[in-house]
Amino acid sequence: MISDFGLVATQLRYEQKSYWRNPGAAFFTFAFPLVLFFVLLSTAGGQRAKELGGVKLAQYYTPSILSFAVMSACFLSVALTVVRQREDGVLKRMRGTPLPAWALIGGIIGSAIVVTALLSAVCVVFAVVAYGVSLPASHILPVVVTIALAAFVFCALGIAVSSLIPNVDSGPAIINLPFFIMVFISGTYFPISGGLVQVANWLPLRPFIVALYYHAFNPLTAHGNGWAPHQLGSLALWGVGCTAVAVRTFRWTPRRG
Amino acid sequence: MAAIVVDELSKSYGSNHALRGVSFSVEEGDCVALLGPNGAGKTTALEILEGYLKRDAGRVEVLGTDPQHGDRAWREQVGIVLQGTAPDPYLTVHETLSRTSGFYSNPRPVDEVIGMVGLADKAGSRITKLSGGQKRRLDVAYGIIGNPRMLFLDEPTTGFDPSARRGAWEMVSELRTLGTTILLTTHYMDEAQALADHIVVIGDGKVVGQGTPDDLGGRNTAALHIRFRLPEGVDPAVLPVKVELDHHGFCEITTKEDAAVLHALTGWSIDSGIALEGLVASRPSLEDTYLALVGE
Repeated sequence: MISDFGLVATQLRYEQKSYWRNPGAAFFTFAFPLVLFFVLLSTAGGQRAKELGGVKLAQYYTPSILSFAVMSACFLSVALTVVRQREDGVLKRMRGTPLPAWALIGGIIGSAIVVTALLSAVCVVFAVVAYGVSLPASHILPVVVTIALAAFVFCALGIAVSSLIPNVDSGPAIINLPFFIMVFISGTYFPISGGLVQVANWLPLRPFIVALYYHAFNPLTAHGNGWAPHQLGSLALWGVGCTAVAVRTFRWTPRRG
Repeated sequence: MAAIVVDELSKSYGSNHALRGVSFSVEEGDCVALLGPNGAGKTTALEILEGYLKRDAGRVEVLGTDPQHGDRAWREQVGIVLQGTAPDPYLTVHETLSRTSGFYSNPRPVDEVIGMVGLADKAGSRITKLSGGQKRRLDVAYGIIGNPRMLFLDEPTTGFDPSARRGAWEMVSELRTLGTTILLTTHYMDEAQALADHIVVIGDGKVVGQGTPDDLGGRNTAALHIRFRLPEGVDPAVLPVKVELDHHGFCEITTKEDAAVLHALTGWSIDSGIALEGLVASRPSLEDTYLALVGE
């Protein structure tokens, strides 16, 4: 019998190959967030915003666009990959082999996490080197853990949502609406205030941004050790909920029959 | 020993009774063809045996295991060629099969399988570059890469050109020689005739006939049908046996006295010097028998 780790590693390797060869996926979920990140930092990164108490915008955009990138690489990418593989019969066929379900899903999630790690590293290194964004060394571990937890939550959310998408064509249409609503009301492109914050606080993206910005990147507020226990707790709850829904609603076979 | 046992298997989708008490068995090492019109329940039966679908009633065993509870060790021994699925389009033929072979503890070598299905010159091509027939061959490769004891083939040669079909038949025969038990569905009677030791015909969710390709529906003992034409101006009344005339002017006789009738006719022809033009003597073809069984 092949080792379990070996199985996941094999799946991960081929998921990665497939991801980078799929121009739609690679552009939409990898290049697009990076382009957005570079454009925002290059045009407005140096400005200081009153709403942020005079902090440079780059200091805000780094965690907020990073959150957007993680959500794009995990939620969008995983949901669309699962729908495509399900409707093409890839999942059904794999189900007929000795590959355990967890190894198959592990490969898909692992691949999204590799992309997330790359995106995060590129964003943070670029922000620190090119725009002088500050991130205390002691905050690096909390940032990494927060990103890893959020990546898992968004992967689980992507798998849970995939059951609602009937076919490949309707995937982007169905998924982009909640995606962009969440992106806007969570303050990804500009700091937000007012009633929407209350709504956004109940969704997974806002706690992620708050954890990174207020607890790790913002020099005015990140006085603690970099950890954001409330936000991490909220993300963990989302992770448990999404996983439960994903496990219950996941389907292996195409909807068409 | 039976590799597959199906006993009173039933399955419904709402009010549609796809299978209504189907029973048959497949001996280890045999190749059995499941025939039936579209919608007869073949694929439902196959998917229950493959562990994809849950049955409503009846008993099913594949290699001694209930497929609903088939574990990893069981899956290692079962190869499946599904209908209408697609592999990951961004991988090559070789990568697709290498990936899959990694799921098994005793797989066939990837290059050997690629050669067996005739895709050697396409090994490095992405799936998107393959023709329909080549994709189907990859499906077959996918089913045999794990070196299974039991192989399910759901319409394996649909979309193949005649030479590719012959190639696929040779491959299936080779697998049989190696001892693989095979259950296949097909719409091609010549395929069933060429490959199957045994045929099970399903119609309207029930088994309506089973037997070997040669004796299905009693066709080996069915009456012989003789057909020929007499030269112009020769009255059929001069023949030593009574015949019917069809609308093309051919004489037809259906008889169980094969040898006697043929002897009388050919003897008469030689003695009188009058030819029996286009003489054909045949029993019902597999297709005739199949169509009669499924009521079409």
